[in-house]
Amino acid sequence: MERNTLFEIKALYRDNFRVTGFTFGSGDDSICIVGSMRGNENQQLYACSKLVKKLSELEQERRIRSGKKILIIPCANPYSVNIRKRFWTIDNTDINRMFPGYSLGETTQRISAGVFEAIKNYKYGIQFASFYMPGIFLPHVRMMKTGYENIDLAKEFGLPYVVLHNPRPFDTTTLNYNWQVWGTNAFSIYTTTTAAISESSADQAVEAILNFMSKQDIIDYRADEGYISKVVDGHDIISVRTKKSGFFMPETAAGKKVKKGSLLAKLTDTYTGELKDEIYSPVNGTIFFMHDAPMVYSNTAVFKIIQAE
Amino acid sequence: MIDTVVQVELPVDETLAIKKHRITPQSGGNRKRLSIVTGIHGDELEGQYVCYELSRRINEHPEYLKGTVDIYPAANPFGIDSITRGIPAFDLDMNRIFPGSTNGDMNEYIAAEIIKDLTQSDLCLDIHASNIYLTEMPQIRINELHRDRLLPYAKLANIDFIWVHGASTVLESTLAYSLNTRDVPTLVVEMGVGMRITKEYGNQLVTGIFRLMQELSIWEGPVDEVKQPIISEKPEEVAFLNAPVSGIFIKDTCHGIYVKKGDHIGSIVDPLAGICLQNITAPATGLLFTIREYPVVDEGSLLARILIK
Repeated sequence: MERNTLFEIKALYRDNFRVTGFTFGSGDDSICIVGSMRGNENQQLYACSKLVKKLSELEQERRIRSGKKILIIPCANPYSVNIRKRFWTIDNTDINRMFPGYSLGETTQRISAGVFEAIKNYKYGIQFASFYMPGIFLPHVRMMKTGYENIDLAKEFGLPYVVLHNPRPFDTTTLNYNWQVWGTNAFSIYTTTTAAISESSADQAVEAILNFMSKQDIIDYRADEGYISKVVDGHDIISVRTKKSGFFMPETAAGKKVKKGSLLAKLTDTYTGELKDEIYSPVNGTIFFMHDAPMVYSNTAVFKIIQAE
Repeated sequence: MIDTVVQVELPVDETLAIKKHRITPQSGGNRKRLSIVTGIHGDELEGQYVCYELSRRINEHPEYLKGTVDIYPAANPFGIDSITRGIPAFDLDMNRIFPGSTNGDMNEYIAAEIIKDLTQSDLCLDIHASNIYLTEMPQIRINELHRDRLLPYAKLANIDFIWVHGASTVLESTLAYSLNTRDVPTLVVEMGVGMRITKEYGNQLVTGIFRLMQELSIWEGPVDEVKQPIISEKPEEVAFLNAPVSGIFIKDTCHGIYVKKGDHIGSIVDPLAGICLQNITAPATGLLFTIREYPVVDEGSLLARILIK
C-alpha cells in the first residue's frame, strides 16, 4: 500500500487541505473508489476505511492481480468533515457539483479538478454516495442513464438493487456523470445511512466491491455471491408523501414487504399528540427508503416503495 | 393588496407563506403585468430596498399606473430570516430547483407554485446581490439562448453592464431559465453585495424599472433618462482574477473603475507572520466590475472580474 497526497492547498490558519489516496498493486488504472465528499458523509468514509484495511490484508497475501492498480480516496473533503459542515468551509459550495473541475477556477473547482485528474483514467469508478434527505435506504447501486451505463456490470456487485435514473441538470457536474463521459464505468453505491454509521451496511458494501473486483479479475478473492440484483427504473419507484406535517411515527422499516392498504406511519400533532394523519401503502411492494427524522414537513417523500411484480 | 402565492403548514405552530404585493391601477387600466422577484438567496438583500422603494414611488402617484405590478420580496423567507443563502434544514440552493414539481417535496412544490403564479407576467426581474463575498456593479446577466428577446429590455433597466454569458446545463434549474423557456422574459439583476443594502444601486434600478414599466405601458408618469449600459457578449472579454494563495485579502481599490494591466488591486497577507504573501495586480486592462468584499480567501477564491477594454 502506498499513501500519497493527490491534491493539496496551503491554508492560512489550518493545516494544509489534503486529498489522500491509498494505492494497492501496480500497473493499469483498474478501479478507483471515492468516499466522502461532504462533511456529513461519515458512513461513506467509514466504508472506505474498512476497504483500505481489507485491501491491505489482501495485498500482504499477494492477492492483488499482477498489472492491476487500485486507488482508494476515503475522503475528498477533510476540511468539512473536521468541522462538521456539509459543504465547503468558506463558500458552502459542493465539491460534487464541480466536476470535471477547473484548475484555474475557484477553490472547489480546483479541488474537483485535482481529484479528477488523478482518477479520470480508471476503468471502473465507484463513489459512495448519499441522499440529501434524512432517511434509510436499502443498499443499492445507482446509475445515471447517460447512454454509457452498463447494467450487467452493475449487477456484479451482488447488491439487492440496481437503480437507473435520468440525469437532472445539476447531475451533469457530479463525479459519477463526468466519470461516465470520460469513459470510466461509473457506479454510485448507497449504503443505508449517511451521518450515522451502520456496521452491517458498511460490511455489505465492502463485500460487494470486493465481489465486483474479483469478477473483474482485479483481486483474488472468494466473495459471497450476494444477491441477484433486481434492476429498477427510478420512475417505477413509488414515492409516498405526507399530506401534513408533524411527528413522524413509522409503523414499518426499510426492507419490509408491505401490502396495498397497510399502515406505514402515523403523524401526530407536535403540541397535542393527537393523530393528524395515517399513511397507507398505495401498492404491494418493498420499502426501499424510509424517512428517519423525528419531524416531517408536508409533501415530504417519507417512503419510496419498489412495487412487487 | 397582499396575496399568498403558496403556503405550507410547518411541524410546530407555524405556516410558511410566500407572499406578493399586487399593485393595480385605480380604475380601468390594461392587462400588462410586471413581476419583481427577490430573496431566492436568503443572504442577498439588495432587492429588499428595491421592492420597498418601487411600491413607495408607485403609491405616490397611483394615477399613473395603468397595468399590474406584482412584488415578491421573499421567495425564500426561511433563508432571509436566518441569514442563509439556501433553504435552511435542506441545505439546498433554491435557484437550483426550478421549475419545481407540484408533486415534489415541500421546496419543489413551493418552486412550482411560484412559477405558476409568475407565468402570466409580461416581464419579470429576478434581483440578486452576488453573494456575501463579492461586490458587483449593477448588471444584468443574460443566457445567450435568450439574448435576442431579453437584450432590448435589459438596455432600458438603467444598469451599468449587460453580461451575455454562455449556456450551462446547471443553469437550467434557475428561476430565470424556467420562466424564459415558458415565454416569460426574465432578467437576472446582480448588484451590490450580500447581507447589505446599497441604496444608490437600489435607486438606480428603480429608475430602470419605471422605464421598463413605461415600455410595457404600465406607467404613464414621467420617467428619468436611463444609462446606456456596456454590453459584453464574448467570453474572452471577461478576465477572472483568482487568489493565488490562501490568506487575508486587503482591498486597495473599488469596483466600478477602469484599471490598467498590472495596476495594484490589493494584497493577500498573513496576519500571523505579519507578512504580505502576494501583491494582487490587474490581469488585464478594463472595467473592474466585481471585487472581493469578504477578506478571508482560500487559494482559488475569486478576487475580481474585469471587463477587458
